[in-house]
Amino acid sequence: MTTGTPTAPLIEMREIRKAYPGVLALDDVSLDFYPGEVHALLGENGAGKSTMIKILTGALRRDAGAVLLAGKPTDFASTAAAQAMGISPVYQEVNLIPAMSVLKNLTLEKAPTRWGMVSWRGARAMAEAKLARLGLTLDIDKPVGSYSLAIQQLVAIARALDDTTRMLVLDEPTASLDASEVAALFDILRDLRARGIAIVFITHFLNQVYEISDRITVLRNGQRVGTGLVGEISRQDLITMMIGRELSEVEAVARVRDTAGGAPVMTAGGVGRKRTLAPFDLTLRAGEAVGLAGLLGSGRTELAKLLFGAIRRDSGTLTLGGTDIRATSPRHSLAHGVAFCPEDRKTEGLVGELTIRENIVLSMQAKQGWLRRVRYRDQLRIADDMIRALGIATPDGEKQVSQLSGGNQQKVVLARALASSPKVLILDEPTRGIDVGAHADILTLIRKLCDRGLALLVASSELDEIVATSDRVAVLRDRAMIGELVGAGITRDTIIGMIAGDDGG
Amino acid sequence: MNRHYLPLIATIVVFVTLFAVGGGMYKNFLTTRVLGNILADNSFIIIAALGATFVILSGGIDLSVGSMIGFVGVSMAVLDRAGWHPMASALLLIVFGMAFGALQGWIIDFCEIQPFIVTLAGLFLLRGACFMVTLDAVPLRHEFVREFAAAKIPLPGNGVLRSSALVMLGSLMIAVAIAHLTRFGTAVYAIGGDRESARLMGVNIRRTTIQIYALGGTYSALAGVVYALYTSSGYPLAGSTLELSAIAAVVLGGTLLTGGVGFVLGSLFGGMILGLISTLILFNGSLNSAWIMISSGVLLFAFIVMHRFLVGTFNLRGTA
Repeated sequence: MTTGTPTAPLIEMREIRKAYPGVLALDDVSLDFYPGEVHALLGENGAGKSTMIKILTGALRRDAGAVLLAGKPTDFASTAAAQAMGISPVYQEVNLIPAMSVLKNLTLEKAPTRWGMVSWRGARAMAEAKLARLGLTLDIDKPVGSYSLAIQQLVAIARALDDTTRMLVLDEPTASLDASEVAALFDILRDLRARGIAIVFITHFLNQVYEISDRITVLRNGQRVGTGLVGEISRQDLITMMIGRELSEVEAVARVRDTAGGAPVMTAGGVGRKRTLAPFDLTLRAGEAVGLAGLLGSGRTELAKLLFGAIRRDSGTLTLGGTDIRATSPRHSLAHGVAFCPEDRKTEGLVGELTIRENIVLSMQAKQGWLRRVRYRDQLRIADDMIRALGIATPDGEKQVSQLSGGNQQKVVLARALASSPKVLILDEPTRGIDVGAHADILTLIRKLCDRGLALLVASSELDEIVATSDRVAVLRDRAMIGELVGAGITRDTIIGMIAGDDGG
Repeated sequence: MNRHYLPLIATIVVFVTLFAVGGGMYKNFLTTRVLGNILADNSFIIIAALGATFVILSGGIDLSVGSMIGFVGVSMAVLDRAGWHPMASALLLIVFGMAFGALQGWIIDFCEIQPFIVTLAGLFLLRGACFMVTLDAVPLRHEFVREFAAAKIPLPGNGVLRSSALVMLGSLMIAVAIAHLTRFGTAVYAIGGDRESARLMGVNIRRTTIQIYALGGTYSALAGVVYALYTSSGYPLAGSTLELSAIAAVVLGGTLLTGGVGFVLGSLFGGMILGLISTLILFNGSLNSAWIMISSGVLLFAFIVMHRFLVGTFNLRGTA
């Protein structure tokens, strides 16, 4: 499928850097995009894919670095400026105005005008031409919202394309499409590629990557892990690049797999939810850490949230310490001794404006009811205990959480979960976006908690982290649990092998 | 047929029904004379509502309308005393209205503050300015004011279209053209429909927001001019709470307060429905005028509930 060696890149992105408070989203990433080539951009959540293309398409400003268009340095002040240079984005969620007609959506800000008045006849011709380019026939006077998501996606692409388009950027265009719709979209992409348009394609479906792409780039933690032609990178290599980072020595925590696991604490039988995760069986035992391995979109987070009750299951049974739990909700789960540390600690885990002490006490307070206030003296004692036990770097518990580093924030999340003295602790991506030292601390902590008899479930996109901490590993692929590994069976290669097995797309 | 016309059609049906009910209750009600009077008496509300329609279509709100009407009125009266021709002062104040609206729009976008608060500040500021200009009612004595009030076009039957109604109908045509024949008009609908998508689709949010509130300010100022000429005086309390009547007219006209769905033409009928209710109650003669407010309130409730139903049933905002 490779179109030979193109002569010169259309776009060169040079050492792009972008920082958000507390996170370095892009750390000097360089990328080239060639005309007539489909370039797949891969990586886990927070790897920097979306930030990269937002900078490319003028939706975000970079902090440092350069963008060269056909060899000339450019600086897009807005999406409109980028589009004027022939770079057309189609963002992750379909970005159209649902209440407006297809016609108006296709011609918004583009309709031909005469004396300041829109020529609707000209606009109609333009809209029809845009749809014809993709071989679509629609009633253009109907609101876009009345069509299926797949059609809306195609309308968004039709809108993005015109005669001057040199580059089409697609962020997860296939996330909401079924197989036949994906095939139709790919036919269109192949046609566009043949016309010399550079296509950037973000996805997490490996099958689709191999079906359509010419070149692959993998990003991780804001850095480029590798770039190569599709023929040069095997599926195994690709998965390794995405999740198989070697742990440094500090992080590789010595670990003894002696526990066969104590009594079952939480048992899931056939728990699942339609279109979210296929039914699965899983048992969490006291003093045992279970790892959840899988690629982005495989259902790691969903499994964790189903167990916690943050996503409501529509099948299966869940028993906790011998009692059946029918209606799960986060509040019930907390009351039963299940604690959850979510993936995105900024939006779901911590209240940044509150102090460390207030954040830690939050879940205890929730557990014992809002009317029975935790005494201030007790609050201080608990906060100080936690700060000491987890090694949170702070003078005292009265520091605002938003002023802490990522690693220390994560420790506060853990402290908060632990303050409610749970029996089961579910951690989703406990080490995302934190530095190496803190990383090692957290892993050690996970082992310590385990030894104290807690049942742990750790979802992670870092394979070696799972290998280092887990007594048992549940492997997920395509929103289903495909198997369990125990003891000596837990190695990088076995897990990658299982994930790569045969990718359902 | 496009389901987005449903709220507009409902408005027109209510207007025609109310008018017919009036015809059944009172002799001489179903005449061009009553219609002409409703148009003339409510022309300033409708003009203000036209500008407010754009603001509300974009998902915003403008509370400074009534104060703008008052400020323009007293300023015209004071300039009239100073010897200005009303047309000259009208032009100056309309330009002021545009600039003031543009400033509000800029603050809303640049500082990312809710339009409610920014225009509430505008409301206080302009009302205060009214009292700085004058504390008393000041008459407009220029010859032109009488000429303006006297100008009219006869309608079939013995009704007339007064000059204020003509100005209103002219403004309506311009507003309809802006809404449906310019890129700006489409951008207003787009921002109201989904602001973030509109931005990603290349709509210049800042420029459009400034233009929306500038247009709102322009129409408010024009409403103030018509009000001053119609009443031939300026009074610092004039136009109090008129911003709310304008919003009511827009909502009765079928525009969704959440933005993105509605028609400028609807605000004409919305304003006329408000006028029709007061006319109906005044025709009765024995009813307390409090009933005007009460029935307007009931009707507004009914409309909002109906909108809710239409939006839900026909998925007007298209969010599946």
